[in-house]
Amino acid sequence: MTKRLDAKRLRIVLYEGEGSTAIEDEQRLSTMTALLEDGHQVTRSGSNGTVATADTSDHLFLGQFDELPTASKAVEGGEIRFADIAGKDSAAIQELVRSQVQEANAEQPGEWKPWFPVIDYSRCTNCMQCLSFCLFGVYGVDDASQIAVDNEDNCKTNCPACSRVCPEAAILFPKYKSGPINGDVVREEDLQRESMKVDISALLGGDIYSALRTRSKDARERFSTERDESKALLERKRCLKKLQKDLDIPDEVLMTLPSAGDIEERARRAREKAEKRKARSRTMQDQKKVTTEEDWGI
Amino acid sequence: MTPPESKAARILYCHCAYAKVVPEETKQKVLRELNASGVSFDAVADLCEMSARKDPALQRLASGGETKIAACFPRAVEWLFHAAGAPLAKAGVEVLNMREDSAEDVLQALLGETANKTSEAKS
Ligand code: SF4
Ligand code: SF4
Repeated sequence: MTKRLDAKRLRIVLYEGEGSTAIEDEQRLSTMTALLEDGHQVTRSGSNGTVATADTSDHLFLGQFDELPTASKAVEGGEIRFADIAGKDSAAIQELVRSQVQEANAEQPGEWKPWFPVIDYSRCTNCMQCLSFCLFGVYGVDDASQIAVDNEDNCKTNCPACSRVCPEAAILFPKYKSGPINGDVVREEDLQRESMKVDISALLGGDIYSALRTRSKDARERFSTERDESKALLERKRCLKKLQKDLDIPDEVLMTLPSAGDIEERARRAREKAEKRKARSRTMQDQKKVTTEEDWGI
Repeated sequence: MTPPESKAARILYCHCAYAKVVPEETKQKVLRELNASGVSFDAVADLCEMSARKDPALQRLASGGETKIAACFPRAVEWLFHAAGAPLAKAGVEVLNMREDSAEDVLQALLGETANKTSEAKS
């Protein structure tokens, strides 16, 4: 999917006020359902209650108008369009909306399944393990040197691997099947995931986390040697099945998980960023938690 | 987030259109009853998708006082809005979880008295 962050979308309003005939319950429901299934935002203007205020978005009013209001006029910078839906079924209304979207040069909602990590900053300690782990450049840091999701659409659909790596259960995938990754409350047992960390290390062909901790020349050499051995490859294969089952990681991602070198390099870069942040926070008296050597287990 | 006090809170319904994580019957029933209630409300296809593309409409939906949001887990909804640069207010926002709760419970929380009247009228 190519994201068009600047692309405008139409806000659709099912209008039943003055100058129009009320829409039957069934027609309103089928119209709204069809438009939502097509990815649109729809506002129902009823007899009571309030809705979100108008902003600079373009609006498309759908109704059974006594007389179709005249050409679009600007309100708050946006345009207002009108289209008559009298006698039209939901399929015809979907078509009508598609052509209105095109005419307004607005964006047609896409087919992309929105699968991407969402960070719960009330839990995140900014340890950067997710950034080190993800091979697809989904994570970055913001201006305040805080971990951020930079490239949502680089994320591999249905892969929740980074949420397993996060020691704080701070990474959500709202469309995941189970908690706490789907946003359900985090329980104590969710934080006891040492066994999963071991599995990931094994998959990567060695004791990654210990290698990161020692970082001695000897340890690095030993580690590289292990990775060259077919034993490591066999171990990697053996782990695939178990990991797929335990962690729900798609094949495509399993086969391209970062190597020990990748992880070390990412950890180094993340640590550099953390150091810069530390230096800055000293001057700015930043109250945020700063990643320390101890946090990195080095 | 603390629940809104007033019965006149704005309503936002999320259709979770791009995945089947919210039970179909719950979504259908909530949408049907909302439609039949005569109450004005905003509906979006998928809050996740809007958050991923940082849709400016989320600002509009996040602001403007007390709001009840029918979607999924409150923690997910809170951080989805935050991720889009449109954080929800700490007070006056109630998230109803259609993944876990029954349509009846969600409707009761959304519509209160009106929910009872709508179902009475049907029976
Ligand atoms: S791994 Fe978790 S705690 Fe660490 S920076 Fe990423 S989201 Fe935050
Ligand atoms: S916010 Fe929840 S209900 Fe809405 S689209 Fe995302 S996962 Fe589905």
